[in-house]
Amino acid sequence: MTALSLKNVHKSFGNIHVLKDINIDVEDGEFVVFVGPSGCGKSTLLRVIAGLEDATSGDIQIGEDMVNVVPPSKRGIAMVFQSYALYPHLNVRKNMSLALKQERQPKSTIDARIEKASKMLNLEAYLDRFPSELSGGQRQRVAIGRAIVREPKLFLFDEPLSNLDAALRMNTRIEIANLHKQLGASMVYVTHDQTEAMTLADKIVVLRDGRVEQIGSPMELYNNPANKFVAGFLGSPSMNFLPESVLDGANNNTIGIRPEDLFISKDGPLLVRVSHVEHLGGDTNIIAHVEGHQITARLFGQHKVDQDSELRLAFKPDRTYAFAQDGTRLR
Amino acid sequence: MNKARANPYNTAAMHGALILYTLIALFPVFVIIINSFKDRRSIFREPLALPNSESFSLIGYETVFTQGDFFLYFQNSMIVTVASLFFVLLFGAMAAFALAEYRFKGNLLMGLYLALGIMIPIRIGTVAILDMMVATGLVNTLWALILVYTAQGLPLAIFILSEFMRQVSDDLKNAARIDGLSEYAIFLKLVLPLVRPAMATVAVFNMIPIWNDLWFPLILAPAEETKTLTLGSQVFIGQFVTDWNAVLSALSMAILPVLTLYVIFSRQLIRGITSGAVK
Repeated sequence: MTALSLKNVHKSFGNIHVLKDINIDVEDGEFVVFVGPSGCGKSTLLRVIAGLEDATSGDIQIGEDMVNVVPPSKRGIAMVFQSYALYPHLNVRKNMSLALKQERQPKSTIDARIEKASKMLNLEAYLDRFPSELSGGQRQRVAIGRAIVREPKLFLFDEPLSNLDAALRMNTRIEIANLHKQLGASMVYVTHDQTEAMTLADKIVVLRDGRVEQIGSPMELYNNPANKFVAGFLGSPSMNFLPESVLDGANNNTIGIRPEDLFISKDGPLLVRVSHVEHLGGDTNIIAHVEGHQITARLFGQHKVDQDSELRLAFKPDRTYAFAQDGTRLR
Repeated sequence: MNKARANPYNTAAMHGALILYTLIALFPVFVIIINSFKDRRSIFREPLALPNSESFSLIGYETVFTQGDFFLYFQNSMIVTVASLFFVLLFGAMAAFALAEYRFKGNLLMGLYLALGIMIPIRIGTVAILDMMVATGLVNTLWALILVYTAQGLPLAIFILSEFMRQVSDDLKNAARIDGLSEYAIFLKLVLPLVRPAMATVAVFNMIPIWNDLWFPLILAPAEETKTLTLGSQVFIGQFVTDWNAVLSALSMAILPVLTLYVIFSRQLIRGITSGAVK
C-alpha cells in the first residue's frame, strides 16, 4: 500500500512555477528524503503535502484518501519544523497534548501516549519545563515527541537538524533512524544535506528548480546517477568533472570521476599540481589542478604529499561517468 | 555596554541623569499632593512648603466629597477608560491579525487606511460626531464616549499590533494548524499571549489620554450622571474664583487609578522584555 502518492503536482506563486509535474509514491513504512539545493522547492513540496499550501494542480493522496481539499489537521500527518515551532507559553507536556486535546481524545489515552513518547525520547524529566528552559537538542526531541503522540499516518520533517551543532546533529540523526525502525511509520524528510539523505533514506528524491531529477535508493543514485546534477550533488567530496579533452578524448563531453576512484600511479594519465592537502586521519584528500580544472582525490589512509608538488593520478576507466553538454548521462 | 557598566563614573552619570529626570517629572505631582493637604492661605503663601500642624487642612477633600457626586464621576471615568481599552485591544488585535496573517487583495491599502487615523486628529470631526450621537440618541451616555475613544485608539493599536504579529513565526502558526487549532484558537491561544507586551504598550498609550480627556465628555456627555472625573473637577474652577483646595484634592485622587492601571500594564511590559531575552 502507498502511504503517500503525488500525481502531476504543480505549484506556482503568481508567474513563478516552484513545483513542476511532481510524481512521487511513498510506500508504507518507507523513509523518503527530499534533497536538493536551497530554493529547489523541497520545502514547498512538503508544505503542499501538509496542506499548508494548496497545489495549483495535481492530486495528493495520503493512505487511501484524496486530501487535495482536506485541512492539515485532518490529513493524518504530523510535522516537525526546522525552528522546532514549540508553543513558548506552554510546557512540554502541554505542547505534546495540545493536538490530542483538539481531537478530543480521552485523558487516559493522552497520558498514555505522552508517557510512551517521552520514554522513547528520554524526555520524562522535562515534561513540566517550558521550551525556553530546554537546550536545542531537547527542544528538537520535544518537537519530534509532539509528532509521535499523534500517531500519524505520515511523518513530515522539514530540515529538523539544521539548527543543531555538528555532534548533536549526528546523534539526533541516529535517533531518528532508530525511531523510524521502532515505529515502522512512513516518513518524508526534507534536507539540503546529502549526508543526512544518504544515511537515513530508503529512497531519495533529488529535486532541482522544482523538478524531480531522480528517484531511487541511496546506492542506486550514487552508483548510477541519471545526470550530472545528481552525480555532483551526492557524495562528499563531490564528483570531479573534467572535459573530455583533458583525458585525450575527442568530444566535448564531460567525464565524471568520484574522488575515491582516483589513486596515485607513476604512469597515470593525469599530471596534476597539488594545491592543498587535507589530512583527516582515516583519509587524505588531495585538492589539485590539472590544466586549470580543480580535481579532488580521496586516498584511503595517510599519505605524505607535498603542497605544490606534481604527481600523476590514475583511475579505472570503468569507474567513470560520461555526461553530454546538457548534463544528461551518456551510457 | 558592559564596559560602560563597569565604569563607576559612567554609572554615576547615568543614574544622576535618570534621577534628575525623575525629580523633574515628579515635581508637579508632588506639589499637587502636598498642597491638597493645606488650607487656602498656605497654598498661596508658601506653595512649596510641606503641610505642618498650622497649615494642614482637609477642607479640599471635604468639599470634593460633599459637593458633586465624586464617586459617580470616578466610576464613570473608570468605566469609560476600561471599556474603551477593552474594545481598542479586542478590535485592534483582530484587525491586526487579519492584516498580518492573511494575503488578500488590498491588504496593504487596508493597512494604510486603518493607520491613517494616526495622522488625523479625531477632534476635527467633533461636530459630525456630535450630530451622529444626537441622531442615534447616544448623547449623555457613557457609550458615546466609549465609541469615540475606541475609534480614536484603533489606528495606533492596529499599526503597532500588526507589526508585532508579523514577527510571530509562521512555523508556529502552521504547527498549530496541523495540531488542529482553528484560526480563532490560533489568534486567542497562540498569538495573543505572544504579543502581550505589545498589547500592554498599546493599553498604556491609550489609557492616559482617555482618562485625562476633557473635550469629549464636555461635548458629548456633560449631564450630571455621565460626568467623568476630569469634567467633574471643572466645577471647582470658575471664571473669577477657583476653589484650589478642591481642585488639588480632586486631582490628587484622580492620579491613583491611573497609577494602578499603569502598574498592572507595565508589569506585562517588563515580563515581555525579560521573557524575550531568555528565549
